[in-house]
Amino acid sequence: MEKGLTRRSFLKSGLAAAGAAAAASVALPATVRGAGKNELATLIDIRKCIGCEACVEACREVNKKKYPEPVKPFPRMYPSSVKISDWSGKRDVTDRLTPYNWLFIQHATVTVDGNKKTFSFPRRCMHCQNPPCADLCPWGAARKLENGISVIDPDICLGGSKCRNVCPWKIPQRQTGVGLYLKLLPSLAGNGVMYKCDRCHERVARGELPACIEICPEKVQKIGPREDILKEAMDISRKIGGYIYGADENVGTNTIYISPVPFQELNRAIEKGDGKPHLKKVEDYMAHADTLAKAMLIAPFAGLAAAALRLANVSRRTKEDMK
Amino acid sequence: MNTAKKLSQTKLPEQKRFLRRLYVSTLIVLAFTGFGQMPIFKRYGISSIPGMGWSADFYTTHYIHYIGAIVLLALITYALTDFLVSGRKTSRLTIAAYVQIILLSGIVITGIFRVLKNLPDVVFSPAFTMFIDLAHLGLMIFYMVTALIFLLTGRKWLNPRLH
Repeated sequence: MEKGLTRRSFLKSGLAAAGAAAAASVALPATVRGAGKNELATLIDIRKCIGCEACVEACREVNKKKYPEPVKPFPRMYPSSVKISDWSGKRDVTDRLTPYNWLFIQHATVTVDGNKKTFSFPRRCMHCQNPPCADLCPWGAARKLENGISVIDPDICLGGSKCRNVCPWKIPQRQTGVGLYLKLLPSLAGNGVMYKCDRCHERVARGELPACIEICPEKVQKIGPREDILKEAMDISRKIGGYIYGADENVGTNTIYISPVPFQELNRAIEKGDGKPHLKKVEDYMAHADTLAKAMLIAPFAGLAAAALRLANVSRRTKEDMK
Repeated sequence: MNTAKKLSQTKLPEQKRFLRRLYVSTLIVLAFTGFGQMPIFKRYGISSIPGMGWSADFYTTHYIHYIGAIVLLALITYALTDFLVSGRKTSRLTIAAYVQIILLSGIVITGIFRVLKNLPDVVFSPAFTMFIDLAHLGLMIFYMVTALIFLLTGRKWLNPRLH
C-alpha cells in the first residue's frame, strides 16, 4: 500500500470527519429538556359558553400589571413608512385581541337542525406544541415553557412582529413605544413589544388556575395534562357526535375546542381579520423545517462519502500509473 | 510519485474553483437568509425590490437557510476529510485558516443548537436560547469581516509545505 494514503490514515481522518459530523448528537446541556409529557392543555367546551365575558374581565384584571405603558412621543421611525401600533388610547377594546386584551369572545351564528343558534367562545393564543413564534423568534424573546405554555418576554422582545407573521392564527399584538428597542436603536430597529396570552403562567407555576378558567361561571374551560384533556375531548365528541379543534392543528396545540357543529361552519360564521383569529384547518407550519433539520444529519456523511470517492478514485489512478 | 503529491496534482483548478464558488455562494446565501430571520427586509424595502418579495417570507428564508446549512455541512466534511487524508501532506494551514476554522466551528455549533431548539419537544432555557441566537449572529458578522480582511490582504487558507 502506498505510503501517502494508508487504510489507517483514511480511517483515522474519516473518523475525525464523522466525529465532526456527529456534533449534532452531543449531549445536551442541562438547560435543554424534552417537554412533551409535561404539557398542560385547556379544554374549551363551546356548548357551555354564554358569552358573559367574565373571562375577558378576569384576564384584564389579572394581567393589567403586565400591560404596556408606552413612552410618548414615540421615536421617529426610519424609514418613515414603518407603521407604529398604538393601542394605549384604546385600552377598552374587548372585541378583538390587542396588547391590552389578550382574550376575547368570538360569536358564530349557525344553523343547527334547521334552527339558528349562536355560539360564543373565548379566543386567545392556542399555545402550539411546536410554536412557530418561539421557534422563529430571532432573539429568543418568544419561548415555550416546559409545561407547554408559550410566552413572550417583554424585557427582550423588540416588537418586530415576526411572531405574528409566522403564527398560524396571527395572535400576538404589538404596542409601540415600550421595551428594549427604546434603549438600542429606536429609530432603526424594533418597534415595541408583542403581547399575547401567557396562560397566567405565574399563577400556574404557583398551582393556581389561569384567571379565565377560575372565574368562568359556566365552567367552559378546564386545564390538565394534555393526554387527559385530549381523552376527555374525544369522549365528549363521541357522546355528542361533536367536533374537535386544536388537537391536530399545526400538529397539535395545547388548546382544545369541542363543538357540536363542524368548525368549518363556525369559521364561516365568525368575524375574522386583524386580532380576530380564524378557525380553519391548520397544517404543520414547521414540517418542512423539521424535515430539513433531519437532512442536516445526513449532509456530513454525504460530504464524507464524496471525499472518500474522490480519494479512492485518485488512489486507483495512482496504482494504475505505477503498473 | 507518492499518492499525496498525486492527490494534490489531481485537484484540478476547475474543481477547486467550483468548490470555492460553491462555498462562497453558500455563505452568501446563509448570511442573507440568516439576516432575513430578523424582520428587516420588509422594513428596509429589500422585499419591495422586484423579484425579492420572497425575502420577507420568514418561512421561505428559513427553508433556504436550512438548505444552505446542509450544503455547508457537506462541504466542510468534504474539505476536512480531503485535507486530513491528502492535503496536509503537501500543504499546511495558515493562521488565517485557523482563525476562519475557529469562527466557522462556532457558527456551525451554535447553528446546530438553533436547529435543535426549533425541533418539537426541545426546550432551551431563555438565557441559553438568547446566547446561541446572539452568538450565531455575532460570529457570522465577525466571520464576514474577517474573511473580507483576509481576502483584501491576500491571505490564503493553505501554504505549500516545504520539504
